[in-house]
Amino acid sequence: MKLNVKMYRYKPGSEPHYDTFPVEVPDTGNVLDAIERAWADHDMSIMFRHACHHASCGSCGLLVNDQEKLPCVTPVKDYGEGATLKIDPMRNMPVITDLAVDASPIYQRMQLIGMPIIRNAETLRPDGTEPLPNGVETFKRFENCLECGLCLSACPVMATDPQFLGPMALAAAERALAEPRGLDAERLYQLIDDEHGLWRCHSSFECTEACPYEVDPGAAIMRLKRKVAARKIKRLLGG
Amino acid sequence: MSTEVEPKPVQRKPLEWFNLKGKRVGFWAYVVMRLSAAGLVLYLFLHLVILSQLAVGPAAWDNFVAIAKAPAFLLLDVVLIIGILAHGLNGIRLALIGFGIGVPRQKMMLWIGLVLTIVFSLLSALAIFAETK
Repeated sequence: MKLNVKMYRYKPGSEPHYDTFPVEVPDTGNVLDAIERAWADHDMSIMFRHACHHASCGSCGLLVNDQEKLPCVTPVKDYGEGATLKIDPMRNMPVITDLAVDASPIYQRMQLIGMPIIRNAETLRPDGTEPLPNGVETFKRFENCLECGLCLSACPVMATDPQFLGPMALAAAERALAEPRGLDAERLYQLIDDEHGLWRCHSSFECTEACPYEVDPGAAIMRLKRKVAARKIKRLLGG
Repeated sequence: MSTEVEPKPVQRKPLEWFNLKGKRVGFWAYVVMRLSAAGLVLYLFLHLVILSQLAVGPAAWDNFVAIAKAPAFLLLDVVLIIGILAHGLNGIRLALIGFGIGVPRQKMMLWIGLVLTIVFSLLSALAIFAETK
């Protein structure tokens, strides 16, 4: 399949611009394959992050045609023969060079929450390909979170509030508070019940749309809002 | 040897709230909510300015009423109704999902709000312009 890759280019000290590279990838290929062809066939100075190539590491997140994607699992056939793929770095994070962003906003936020989730089983999809426990028909599983940062990139609030905790950390907090396992819940409540925390979310659900693993951080934030509001009302009534 | 590069800082602009590129329906609702809120606040002040004509005297008020019956002005009334319905109905949706009610169906609630906004705006427009005939 022949495609054009229109890629955001930025090197420190120079003005950002786009370069377009014609590439050829197998019909079964993914967008990451197209980016790698542009790198290998045209310009080895293109910088981009990637590692596992199968949506396990979460390091390759970027924008394809202005939408947050993991290019390693985004099929090129979704765009069609001869399409131009516009590739940009993730939003709301400083660009180091080309498609590589400074990903520290992702990890700093998880650090703040206390890195509460330890995944001891591989990611699961509720698509029927793996057996589920009796009585469980479908599920949302925060442990599926790859920490890819696509939700932070998609969130419109992140565009104006650099201190906003963001969907990933708030969803992690919701998961941790649902099952604290000895965690300092009071510290978490203080962190999220803040002008840069829970209440800054304006429910656009772009995070949920962007999440490649159906973690649904938007719904987790809504559950957290209910939990914190109920707690406040209870305290107000002297409970 | 180590090399350090200065990352290109994030441009944080309020205009990003209105950057619709690649965004989905929830973000469109987010934008409509902000625009309608700004419009309704503006209308509130405009309304107070118009009411102040009453203090000027009957002639000033009669002049305003004559202007208010013009079709172009009535069209603004329809825009106002669209803004109130869109903002109000989406506000109810946001309040419900903010309390964890109907979250899995939040998108359907958005479409229902949109349909109700269109239907009641059309009915209101018909009623307003029927009055002028």
